[in-house]
Amino acid sequence: MSTHKLSYVRNDMIAPEPPPVSASSASGWIRTNLLATPKDVVLTIVAIASLAFALPGIINWLFINASWVGADRSVCATVVQGGTQPDGWKGACWAFVGDRFQQFMFGRYPIEERWRVMLVGFMLIVLLVPLLIPKLPYKALNAVLLFLVYPVVSFFLMHGNVLGLQRVETPLWGGMMVTLILSFVGIAVSFPVGILLALGRRSNMRVLKTLCVVFIEVIRGVPLVMVLFMANVMLPLFLPTGWSIDNFLRAVIGVSLFASAYMAEVIRGGLQAIPKGQGEGADSLGLSYWQKTRLIVLPQAIKLVIPGIVNTFIGLFKDTSLVAIIGMFDLLNIIRLNFTDTTWITPMTPLTGLVFAGLIYWIFCFGMSRYSAFMERHLDTGHKR
Amino acid sequence: MTDNSIRAPATKRASTSLIYDPKARSIFFQVLTLVILVALVWSIAHNVSVNLARSNTATGFGFLAGRSGFDIGQSLIAYTSDSTYGRAILVGFLNTMMVAVTGIITATIVGFIIGIGRLSKNWLIAKLCTVYVEVFRNIPPLLVIFFWYSGVLAILPQPRDAIQGPLSTFLSNRGLTFPATIWGEGAWILPVAILVGIVVAFVFRTWSVKRQMATGQQLPNGWISAAIIIGLPLLGFIAMGSPLTFDYPVEGRFNLSGGANIRPEFVALYLALSLYTAAFIAEIIRAGIKGVGKGQTEAAAALGVQPGKITRLVVVPQAFRIIIPPLTSQYLNLTKNSSLGVAIGFPELFSTGSTSLNQTGQAVEMITIMLTIYLSISIATSLFMNWFNAKMALVER
Repeated sequence: MSTHKLSYVRNDMIAPEPPPVSASSASGWIRTNLLATPKDVVLTIVAIASLAFALPGIINWLFINASWVGADRSVCATVVQGGTQPDGWKGACWAFVGDRFQQFMFGRYPIEERWRVMLVGFMLIVLLVPLLIPKLPYKALNAVLLFLVYPVVSFFLMHGNVLGLQRVETPLWGGMMVTLILSFVGIAVSFPVGILLALGRRSNMRVLKTLCVVFIEVIRGVPLVMVLFMANVMLPLFLPTGWSIDNFLRAVIGVSLFASAYMAEVIRGGLQAIPKGQGEGADSLGLSYWQKTRLIVLPQAIKLVIPGIVNTFIGLFKDTSLVAIIGMFDLLNIIRLNFTDTTWITPMTPLTGLVFAGLIYWIFCFGMSRYSAFMERHLDTGHKR
Repeated sequence: MTDNSIRAPATKRASTSLIYDPKARSIFFQVLTLVILVALVWSIAHNVSVNLARSNTATGFGFLAGRSGFDIGQSLIAYTSDSTYGRAILVGFLNTMMVAVTGIITATIVGFIIGIGRLSKNWLIAKLCTVYVEVFRNIPPLLVIFFWYSGVLAILPQPRDAIQGPLSTFLSNRGLTFPATIWGEGAWILPVAILVGIVVAFVFRTWSVKRQMATGQQLPNGWISAAIIIGLPLLGFIAMGSPLTFDYPVEGRFNLSGGANIRPEFVALYLALSLYTAAFIAEIIRAGIKGVGKGQTEAAAALGVQPGKITRLVVVPQAFRIIIPPLTSQYLNLTKNSSLGVAIGFPELFSTGSTSLNQTGQAVEMITIMLTIYLSISIATSLFMNWFNAKMALVER
């Protein structure tokens, strides 16, 4: 364009400036994220001080001072308490967890028969993992195997009395195994029953609707402890004279009923969020009620409430610990049972056992919540408003 | 003609098969459900009466007036083992409410702090609060209760070596012992003065708002109200000659004597439920505050509202609308979870109720009573919430 040179226009480019300090360097990061305002400075100092106060003690207790191997209480008790540790010793008693680990997992299940429980656990992993990975095919077959075939097979495998397997009564079941069975059955039952209850609550049939509302609200209005207690005390009364119902089954029924009511409310939330046009569109295409529900409404509704469903599952998994109150030995209760065992009774045993139980519960629940977040992203088709 | 030929099969079909008539089907299914339900209830009632007759259990609520014969460790009202079952259940109910009310207050405060903390721009604070929430949300409440009860409180020293805190408080494995308050004559003035103070403060506030509307002049409403509510009782208290003395706990050879004591069962349950529920409340508060559109804050800032007032007058009222419903269900959860006290022997409703049941064997009556009480709490709360929600709902024009 212009051929003549303007003395006030530069010819060469200016070298790019370095990014602002606050965006690049470590000190910049600290300044914006830790020391932005005077209030932040104070908060950071308080936080660091309390961490410095608490963390060394916790790490010491958990790892450095902890006693890792041993066969009885002497490794976890101080000299005064009849052990070998120096006075004033405080540390985790992991030797206790190591010694009783098998019991924590299987309860009083006969030792030579435990391969059966392990086989059931192995089958669970084999069937569950492919179901959880979205890419893998044969989802329908997989689900049928896991939720219909697997429970029957594993019941006979664990209970025995068939194919020459020794009979193992349910009072002998315990530990992690009971926690997982209760959660699995609770999840497998509460999901379909919850869907039916939610559909019933939104149905036009007065009788059905009232029935579902009363069931859901009564169960949600009372604590789980109360539901379990009712299942324990009232179920035997409800049955004809001479019939009896297994204690374990009572707990399973109680947990399943409780979870179903909560699940129903979560799914109802999803159903309410689906625009009316979806159902009407299906109607106008001539789909029957069940076709409409199964193919149009439910897939959208359930996708919407995945976080709520998984939260119910997490709640269910945590709530299985309450069966301790009706005298069953799930993971938490069997650990607690050992607190009074003379072989391991020390001041440090309860805390160690509870921290261990907490870690196991935490891993399962945190895993579930992470998976639900992943699934939400995976199923997100961008239609969300 | 053609018209007829089309209509004819249609009418024929409708008259032949009722199965395809939605109305008929609906009535059929409902009648079927009712029949099954009635049959089920009848057979259950029959079985229950047969089973009860066989085990020679008395029926009716007469047992409530009988002597209970068991002791209760902690009670808000006078209770001995000579008291009636009815009173035992009342003690349990009051204990449940005590845990619920104290727990709800603490959980709300802690939850609010943690929830705000997670939103903080300070990386360290936000991360610490996240860790808190993720830890407590993913472990069972029963485990937290046992953690405090058998893990922490049980390894505190014996009463004779109790840890002494400020103001003559002692912490031992028998719980927290602190000076008991003894109210003298004229102490009635305190509650009266507080009530009067609240009324006066309310009247003052109404007047002050009206004045601001008329003249645009503002008064420090909060400070003046607080001064009235605290100041009036204080003045009354001094005027009556400070009718309050303390019964200090004294360290004996083996035990602490005197003072008031809160048992470790209560402390464990209260701490566990508060801290556990706080994690959930924190998430609710965070979601509520994040749910208020950014435009709201920016618009308020553009109008020149001060940052503190933006939070107080623009963000919080709108966040409340999102926060209140889930918050109530958390409060209800905490109240229901207080039934876990039975696991550590805290005498709440479920605990005293099931003890009564075991002693009398009157399962149907006892379960009816407990169900009714728990359901009443739930229904009362949800009715209140519906009213509150309707009051707070966004008025759209």
